[in-house]
Amino acid sequence: MLRIQRRPGKVRLDGTDRFLRGFTYVVFSIFAILCIIPFWLIIASSFSTEAAIRRSGFTLWPADFSLYSYQLISMSPDQLIGSYIVTVAMTMLGTTVGLFFISMTGYALQRKDFPYRNGISFYIYFTSLFSAGLVPFYYLIVKVYGLKDSYWAVLLPLLMTPWLIILMKNYVKAIPHEITESGKIDGAGDFRIFWSLILPSMTPALATIGLFLALSYWNEWYYSSLFLGSQVRYRPLQYQLYNVINKVASIKNSLAASNIVLNDLPSETLKMATATLATGPIILLYPFVQRYFVAGLTVGAVKG
Amino acid sequence: MLQKRALMNDTRLLVPTGSGYSLRKSLRQNRTLILMCIPAIVFFFLFCYLPMPGAYIAFTKFNYNKGIFGSPFVGWKNFAFLFTSGQLTLLLRNTVLYNIAFILLGNFIPLLCAILLNEIQASWFRKVTQSIMFLPYFISAVLVSLLVYNMINYDYGFISNIVRQFGGAMPKYYSQPGAWPFIIVLVYLWQNVGYGTVIYFAAITNIDTSMIEAAKVDGANGFQRIRYIILPCLKSTLVILLLFAMGNIVKGNFGLFYNLVGGNSLLFGTTDIIETYVYRALMNNFNFSQGSAVGLFQSVVGFVIVLVANGIVKRIEPDYSLF
Repeated sequence: MLRIQRRPGKVRLDGTDRFLRGFTYVVFSIFAILCIIPFWLIIASSFSTEAAIRRSGFTLWPADFSLYSYQLISMSPDQLIGSYIVTVAMTMLGTTVGLFFISMTGYALQRKDFPYRNGISFYIYFTSLFSAGLVPFYYLIVKVYGLKDSYWAVLLPLLMTPWLIILMKNYVKAIPHEITESGKIDGAGDFRIFWSLILPSMTPALATIGLFLALSYWNEWYYSSLFLGSQVRYRPLQYQLYNVINKVASIKNSLAASNIVLNDLPSETLKMATATLATGPIILLYPFVQRYFVAGLTVGAVKG
Repeated sequence: MLQKRALMNDTRLLVPTGSGYSLRKSLRQNRTLILMCIPAIVFFFLFCYLPMPGAYIAFTKFNYNKGIFGSPFVGWKNFAFLFTSGQLTLLLRNTVLYNIAFILLGNFIPLLCAILLNEIQASWFRKVTQSIMFLPYFISAVLVSLLVYNMINYDYGFISNIVRQFGGAMPKYYSQPGAWPFIIVLVYLWQNVGYGTVIYFAAITNIDTSMIEAAKVDGANGFQRIRYIILPCLKSTLVILLLFAMGNIVKGNFGLFYNLVGGNSLLFGTTDIIETYVYRALMNNFNFSQGSAVGLFQSVVGFVIVLVANGIVKRIEPDYSLF
């Protein structure tokens, strides 16, 4: 990486510079705090008692520390565990398959000696310009494909987007064409060239696009809310969270099914505990993966 | 350009003028590359192209049991109803106004942040704040709604608490439609400013540093460097991004609106956008015809606007046009 190091001190700072710098530190520190507080509030209130919340609302520090909501969840854990398994499985399968298809297409579409590349590019790109709308899509999935209440209805539509394919195409373009040429001279087929020469040299792109895909699967609730009805026992995590938030009654039912009857359900702390458990892993993973996003977006933005 | 070339390819596919042999040869030669595109081609055919004929629902009095093409044809009746009832105008107004706010604030604030961030020399501070500001982008709309509820809920909300401690009266936001445009725009910014900052910051680091250095040596202060070097360098990026964003001006952010407002019909006047209306028409009211009509209207208007925006971009900066 060629980057000219800018050293402070070489050039004298005047008053406006100092003001600008101080202002920036203050603004960004406040903004960073505003980004963190909401998350902290959720975690803090999940460890609070329901009574404390009723008395003094959500606070930065739990007034009365309690693990009650977590105990309640652990009494009938199969719902949440099931949701976890469904989400993790879908994320892994969808990301792997989607990444494979996207990178394969992206490679083929940037090959300058591929005569159909513009036709196919336009065919893919056009879908982001015009669509039939939600209703015909819903009808097709439910009535024609018969995928109501099937996890496939959630897994398949998220596999690829025109934008991710274009992003991938731009990444692969940066790999010198000579690699493909040398593969050809050695007599390797196009797929072989892609698989053993191109793929290994594009790990950063795979990481970035893979993360976008994984995130869209992990945060999935939209297609679930469209296609997964009440017959589906294990909902994907975020949709399960949606249900807990909007229908606390659904937890009551699931507890009642396990022969636990509560007169006064701690609905607020239960919401917060479910949110903490459903989002925890992504927040814990975040510091390790965010640099791929930053790096990936930077490349994508520069290439336009 | 893409379109033109695509057309050329198509005609070659359809009319092999006396060279059927060479077409077959070309297909055989590119067999592997074509096969590599097959999953994507099939995918977009199944999930994007095949639903398109279904837009016919918008012109029928839809009956689920009779299917799309068995339902009675009613012409423009669904559209006429939506127009005369004022529903479509309201939805369009809300969707477009929210998007204008999102586009303008969602580009200018990140631009400002990126410029300020660039003034800071301590790279650890830059990295840490960028990482933290990016965090809200990672979470689902479902969780965002819970965060907002946590903050402004009348009974227990964090902000409500603080307001009360200082003796103020907290408004009951969940029954006040007038407050929601501000809340929704703020939440949108909270979630997206970090993302935009990263993109603009990348564009700034792309500027030739020697220009900035030279300005410094010439004694230009921070404001002058921003005004005369950084902003002019970013102008084309900004214009292009804004124009493309304008192309999506009738597309709403469903997740944000649906999770924040949900079925709270008290707030619909200021918060109902095309997407939420279509979703409810489909999932709650089972009114396929009207949902479909609104959706088709949105697609057609959006398509026309994209063509116009692209035409403008092509005039300003031909290299950046989409097709």
